[in-house]
Amino acid sequence: MSMELDVFVGNTTVLDEDVYQLWLDGHSVTDAVTIRVEAGALQECEANAEVLHSDTMDQFRTFQMCERLLQSPSKLANQLLFQIPPHRQTMLIERYYEFDSAFAREVLGKKLSKGTKKDLDDISSKTGIALKSCRRQFDNFKRVFKVVEELKGPLVENIQRHFLLSDVLARDYAAIVFFANSRFETGKRKLQYLSFQDFAFCAGQLISYWTVGAVDNMMEDMDVDLEKEFLHDLKDLKVLVNDKDMLDQHKSLVCAQLRGKIKVFSEMEASFKNLSRALVNIASKLTHTKDVRDLFIDLVEKFIEPCRSDKWTIGDLRLFLTHYSSSVHTLEAFRHQVIWDRYMGVIKSCILKMYHD
Amino acid sequence: MPGKLKAKIVAGRHLPVMDRASDLTDAFVEVKFGNTTFKTDVYPKSLNPQWNSEWFKFEVDDEDLQDEPLQITVLDHDTYSANDAIGKVYIDIDPLLCSEAATVISGWLPIYDTIHGIRGEINVLVKVDLFNDLNRFRQSSCGVKFFCTTSIPRCYRAVMVHGFVEELVVNEDPEYQWIDRIRTPRASNEARQRLIFLMSGELQRKIGLKVLEMGGNAVVGYLQCFDLEGESGLVVRAIGTACTLEKISTLPATATNPSNSSPSKDMKEPGFGEEAPGVPLSSGPPTPLRAQTFSSFSPSKSYSRQSSSSDTELSLTPKTGMGSGGSAGKEAGPLKALLRQQTQSALEQREYPFFTLTAFPSGFLLHVGGVVSARSVKLLDRIHNPDEPETRDAWWEEIRQEIKSHAKALGCHAVVGYSESTSICEEVCILSASGTAAILSSRFMQDGPLDTEHRFEEVVSPGCGFCHIPYDELNIPFPAQLTYCYCCRRYKVPDVLFTTIDLPTEANVNGKGCLIQARLCRTKKKAQGEVNATAISNLLPFLEYELHTQLMNKLKLRGMNALFGLRIQISVGETMLLGLASATGVYLTALPSPGGIQIAGKTPSDITYEQHISNMQKKINDTIAKNKELYEINPPEVVEEIIGSPIPEPRQRSRLFRSHSESSDEVSELDLSHGKKDAFVLEIDDTDAVEDIHALLTDSPTPAGFYSCNTEIMPGIQNWTSAIQMFTSVRVFRLNNVNLSNQGLNKIFSDLCENLLKSLYFKLRSMVPCCLCHLNFTVAIPEDELIQVAVTAVAMSFDKEQPLENGKQSGEKTLKKAITENDEQLQFNLELNAETSSSNPLSSPKGLSEVGSHPSARAPSVDYSSFADRCSSWIEQLKLKAHTIRRGSVKTTSSLEKASPLPEGRSRSLRSNRSYSGSSVAVVKMTPLSFIPGAKIIKYLGIINMFFIRETTSLREEGGVSGFLHTFIAEVFAMVRAHVAALGGNAVVSYSMKECVFMENPNKNQAQCLINVSGDAVIFVRESELELTSVQPQSATTQTSNGGEGT
Repeated sequence: MSMELDVFVGNTTVLDEDVYQLWLDGHSVTDAVTIRVEAGALQECEANAEVLHSDTMDQFRTFQMCERLLQSPSKLANQLLFQIPPHRQTMLIERYYEFDSAFAREVLGKKLSKGTKKDLDDISSKTGIALKSCRRQFDNFKRVFKVVEELKGPLVENIQRHFLLSDVLARDYAAIVFFANSRFETGKRKLQYLSFQDFAFCAGQLISYWTVGAVDNMMEDMDVDLEKEFLHDLKDLKVLVNDKDMLDQHKSLVCAQLRGKIKVFSEMEASFKNLSRALVNIASKLTHTKDVRDLFIDLVEKFIEPCRSDKWTIGDLRLFLTHYSSSVHTLEAFRHQVIWDRYMGVIKSCILKMYHD
Repeated sequence: MPGKLKAKIVAGRHLPVMDRASDLTDAFVEVKFGNTTFKTDVYPKSLNPQWNSEWFKFEVDDEDLQDEPLQITVLDHDTYSANDAIGKVYIDIDPLLCSEAATVISGWLPIYDTIHGIRGEINVLVKVDLFNDLNRFRQSSCGVKFFCTTSIPRCYRAVMVHGFVEELVVNEDPEYQWIDRIRTPRASNEARQRLIFLMSGELQRKIGLKVLEMGGNAVVGYLQCFDLEGESGLVVRAIGTACTLEKISTLPATATNPSNSSPSKDMKEPGFGEEAPGVPLSSGPPTPLRAQTFSSFSPSKSYSRQSSSSDTELSLTPKTGMGSGGSAGKEAGPLKALLRQQTQSALEQREYPFFTLTAFPSGFLLHVGGVVSARSVKLLDRIHNPDEPETRDAWWEEIRQEIKSHAKALGCHAVVGYSESTSICEEVCILSASGTAAILSSRFMQDGPLDTEHRFEEVVSPGCGFCHIPYDELNIPFPAQLTYCYCCRRYKVPDVLFTTIDLPTEANVNGKGCLIQARLCRTKKKAQGEVNATAISNLLPFLEYELHTQLMNKLKLRGMNALFGLRIQISVGETMLLGLASATGVYLTALPSPGGIQIAGKTPSDITYEQHISNMQKKINDTIAKNKELYEINPPEVVEEIIGSPIPEPRQRSRLFRSHSESSDEVSELDLSHGKKDAFVLEIDDTDAVEDIHALLTDSPTPAGFYSCNTEIMPGIQNWTSAIQMFTSVRVFRLNNVNLSNQGLNKIFSDLCENLLKSLYFKLRSMVPCCLCHLNFTVAIPEDELIQVAVTAVAMSFDKEQPLENGKQSGEKTLKKAITENDEQLQFNLELNAETSSSNPLSSPKGLSEVGSHPSARAPSVDYSSFADRCSSWIEQLKLKAHTIRRGSVKTTSSLEKASPLPEGRSRSLRSNRSYSGSSVAVVKMTPLSFIPGAKIIKYLGIINMFFIRETTSLREEGGVSGFLHTFIAEVFAMVRAHVAALGGNAVVSYSMKECVFMENPNKNQAQCLINVSGDAVIFVRESELELTSVQPQSATTQTSNGGEGT
């Protein structure tokens, strides 16, 4: 004796957001029922396990049928099969494309090709995220990457346009695409303490200020790549550390500003030249793809770690970076103010974001 | 040659990839009508072809126009091999043939393939130019309107109700033709789909002709059914009620009558006169229960193929009813009696005084006798001559005669809420017909001026009149308890009332109603031919009797005294019979309060047994009390003094004079003084009965916040919100253990239904407080060990807080709600782009009022879209500015977000819109009810009657049987919605799924399903919008409705 067939179809598609989440999380129907029971679903509407199972099956089936549409969200709006109110459509899409930071952190900067997909098993066991969910998230990354990779114009907007995502989520995807494209190194042990959100923030900074699109909005060029010209110009900043006078002058300006304002003044004074050298060297090396990839590991090794070992507070760091970058303006011999600002603006906010335990 | 059909193929979208190499498709379209075919050019290498064809013109007879569908086939061009079919669209052009319905079919329609389902969409334009044809001998009946709705459609007035029309057409089933062995499943499915389209077209035309003959212009309550008789053929039959309808001029009426949302108010008319005493002198006890069983016995006797002696059947029916009403009337009021006789004779002239209506214009339905039904078991044989389907006609004639005679026995001259159905298993077919015996007013049935008559007509007090017995108290062929009406105290009423109609809107009801179901399963031996038929017909009466006992018990258990919308379905399988009776129970204040249920044991000696019984008795009493609370039934305490006083003296006397029946006097006194004494006694004499009582008590109550009924309206709930959700749920249960007892089967079947209901409640819990209306269960036995239950219903939310008196407040509330809704719509419209010219100008009343005031109908929408375009581009500009600022400046991003003048969600959706030039999908509501809460139907666009077959040879890959059927039902919904939207409509009312035949063969990985749906395509406008636009010209309103409603 068994239920051979059991379906429920509403004129307006019935969607339960909680069950949708369970489906997205990659649970099996049986697991999902257990979770719902634990969440107290049986108290609602005098349900029993059978009812709950039937409902869960039905919902999962509906989501499966919708999945094809969710993979190209624009279709969802003008398909005829499911009558779903617009705000629900938005919810479906948004949730489908949402991802676990832990998962994204693992994949960040890796090639989004098939090779990595085999690693999903490892990621799944490492993060505790169900393999099914990992696969969905990975496929989403890959799909978004493929679509926007070759598109011109602002990256975030492109993602929003094609996948109808919210601004916040589109920005996260932009970060993922950006990292995957430039293949930034994020996997080193020293970088493990950084979260996805840290990197996403940095990516946002890089996209906003270091790409071609950042300079001229009307320019129909890709947002995915850093501006070559700018990277080339960064070499000019070397003068700041190579010119002994300028370095000394810079140091004295910064010290004059910070005296009495930060606790680690003496440490700062002692390591100023090293720190400055580190930052400028990073800048000047960015013409090489390899060094671009190592941007974050360099920042951590050459700047953040020394500061951390000297026990700088974040406030001290902020003050230092502010004055470090602004006092350059008063160096009369230095003529690359624009490049400097464009460089330091991003570096400063990245470092501040990355400076934590 | 009185018609020119024009079709234009505009574009396609979302087409499937047909060429694996290029991942593209070279699509072209064939447009076929009758024997003429046109083709478009091939649009190479695209999944979104833009054909933009010329107008293809077909010059055809209007007969063909009615019969044939327009057939559109999308194909993939292949240079080297045969062209591959992508799919088809059948378009029923009937709605275009009626001047008052749709004028053009235009929109995206799903391309459907019977193997692959929906494969993309095609945009078409179809128009018809009709020339007037005054040929008296014409075979067409263009212009006759068809409605599935079983009441007078909302924007019409019934000038005349002509009566019953029926027709059936027979053909060979293509699936069973020899050619089917060599053709592909696709070809055979398509042949079947096309044939059924043709047959229903022909049927509709023939019925239309009959209507024209009768002088009517419309068919209301049109019910079309298919009998898939297998080897012996395919029968398409239909019944309906011919009427002459007159359109109510829309707007002024609306303004004065805003209470449309609650259908109950609609037909109410003031000024009912008091009924003169003594007219329906007839008295006699009708327990419809018994009336029912009694009627069911006779048909089963004539199962055989040769329509066996109808004499015997009629002789079973005591020839009583007819005369008594009339003769009694003569003594009291000669004039009225005369009128009544007229009515009767008018009705008698008709072959069948049947009406498929379930709700009536006020004053039409005078008295209700009770349910009449007839069944007959037949053996199918091949229909030799499809043009003369005499046997099938004769079968139905037989049954209808019987119904007619049953009605007569109840003293009624008419049958309302009439319907017919069949159940087929192999070569055995059960034909069933049922309805409610009633007495109707002549008001809508005679020619000539009506007003004068109307004045003298016996108009009964509206709240209870229909309950008064129409039959003669003395000659009633079954025992029943009669009392004086608890409302007017003048006429006799039965103790319970069973009917197949909807609760009359004016009825006085106490508390709320609820769905009551009786479920029964009976095993039967496998047999062949006549033996099988005999066995079935021997079982039928018992089945019906038990169903009625169950219904009665459950009714009492809920403390109610009347059933409406009773529908008994008996389904036959090889080894069992299934019976399912559904109805909505209510407490009619006119009828006596139902007594409790008393349990009596046969062997009172045993003490434990006694205790057991008293325990059960207690449980039952508790349940009754609980139910009364749940359904808010608080019958007014009967006050002693009432006895005698309001009952008019003359009546008393006259009754005494006729019979001097002490018994009836006694009964009435008893009832008036004490409700408890007539408690229903259940005897527990064997284990069966114990089981029954257990079953009675295990029916779980509806969860808090839910109500359910199978009728149009739920008494006691009026303040519906606009949230409605129509749904279909199908379950198939496999019985693995063949050797089940009747009891075991009953339990399984009952649990199946109960669990299904529970699941529905759970699914729809977000709509609470809510009522499931028009819960329509269909049971079938698709295979030996399978039970299939399908439900279609609508869930409607209502406002709980608001008391009934606060009409004004409610108005405000709904208005407020509507406004917020409009806001949503505004967003919705913008979101889904201005490009659709059907965008709704008036639903967004805020910024766009200037547009709405445009006088022309077409202009506003154009204007609006350009306005919206402008609007969106303006927003785009702002966006752009904000964007530039962000890019240029050095400040942090977060603070810059604020520079954007619009909230994020909206600006985003606007952007999305820019990239997908795709049009939005208009929202189409569907409901099995004849109305949409909070809205007014302003136009009926025509009947929707669609038949689909879906087959798969990769069942597992499509998600098993559930996945397969889920997709198919969703596809059917989608196709119905698309066709309604193409007609310019935004809703389907009176929607029903009349057939859902599912067959599977999991071993072969195959399944097939047939679905037939029907309904009325309509345009509705929200009442709140009507108020806003009532000043504006009508054309504007029509325009409004074209836009999608956002819910």
